[in-house]
Amino acid sequence: MDWQGQKLAEQIMQVLLLVFAVVSFVAGYVLGSFQMMMLVYAGGVTLTALITVPNWPFFNRRPLNWLDPSEAEKHPKPQVAVSSKKKGTKK
Amino acid sequence: MHSFGYRLNGLLTFALTILALMCVITSLSDNFNTPSPSADIKITNINWFQKQPQGHDEVSLTMNVSADLQSLFTWNTKQVFIFVAAEYETPKNSLNQVSLWDAIIPAKEHAKFWIHTSNKYRFVDQGNNLRGKKFNLTMHWHVMPKTGKMSADKIVLTGYSLPEEYR
Repeated sequence: MDWQGQKLAEQIMQVLLLVFAVVSFVAGYVLGSFQMMMLVYAGGVTLTALITVPNWPFFNRRPLNWLDPSEAEKHPKPQVAVSSKKKGTKK
Repeated sequence: MHSFGYRLNGLLTFALTILALMCVITSLSDNFNTPSPSADIKITNINWFQKQPQGHDEVSLTMNVSADLQSLFTWNTKQVFIFVAAEYETPKNSLNQVSLWDAIIPAKEHAKFWIHTSNKYRFVDQGNNLRGKKFNLTMHWHVMPKTGKMSADKIVLTGYSLPEEYR
C-alpha cells in the first residue's frame, strides 16, 4: 500500500468497526437476543478485516514516484561537510 | 498500517476493545428493567417432626411453591437461581436460614411455575428449638447475566409455624 492507502485503510477500519458495533447492539437490543448481537458483530469484524487488511489495488492508487536507479547514479549524494567539529573543551 | 500483520493486529485489538465496551453497555442496559416478581408458598403437610439421634430437631414438610419471576429476565439474563429458605430465630442465633429447595430457571418461559414438592434439603436445627417455632419462608433469587454483575433479591413470606410436639 502507499502512504495514502495506509491512512485510508486505517480510517475505513475504525469507522466500519464502530458502525458494526452500533448496528449489532441495536439489533441485539431490539430482538432481545444477545446471541444475535454477537453474531452480527463477528460478521462485521470479518467483513472489515476482508476490506482493510489485504493489500487491495485501490489502496495503491497514489503511489510515490521513486527515482529511477539509472537517474540516481547521475546525481551523486551530497557529501556531509566535514567541518572542524573540534569544540573548545579547554577549561 | 505498514504490513498485513500490522493492520490485522490493529483491527483485532480495536475490535476487542469495542467488544468490551459493548458488554459494559449491555450490562448497564439491565438497569432499565424494573422487575415485578411474585411468589407464594403453602405448606400442605408436615410429614414428620422428630429429634434425631445426634440430638437435633428435624422436620420434613411438603409444600406448594408457585412464582412468577418472568419480569426478572432481560436479553442479558443467562439464568436465574432460586431457593426457598426457612428463617427463624433461636436463643443461640438471631437468624437461622435453612435452605429447603432450589432450582435453576434457564429461560423466561420457565419462570412462571407451580411445583408440589417435599423439601429437597433437610430442615435440621442446631439444637432442639423447632417445637412450636414460628418461621418465615423466603424466596431468594440470584439473577445471573450473560455479561456483567450478578444481582440478588428476595420475597419474605411470614406466618408459618411448626407443631408444638414431635410427630
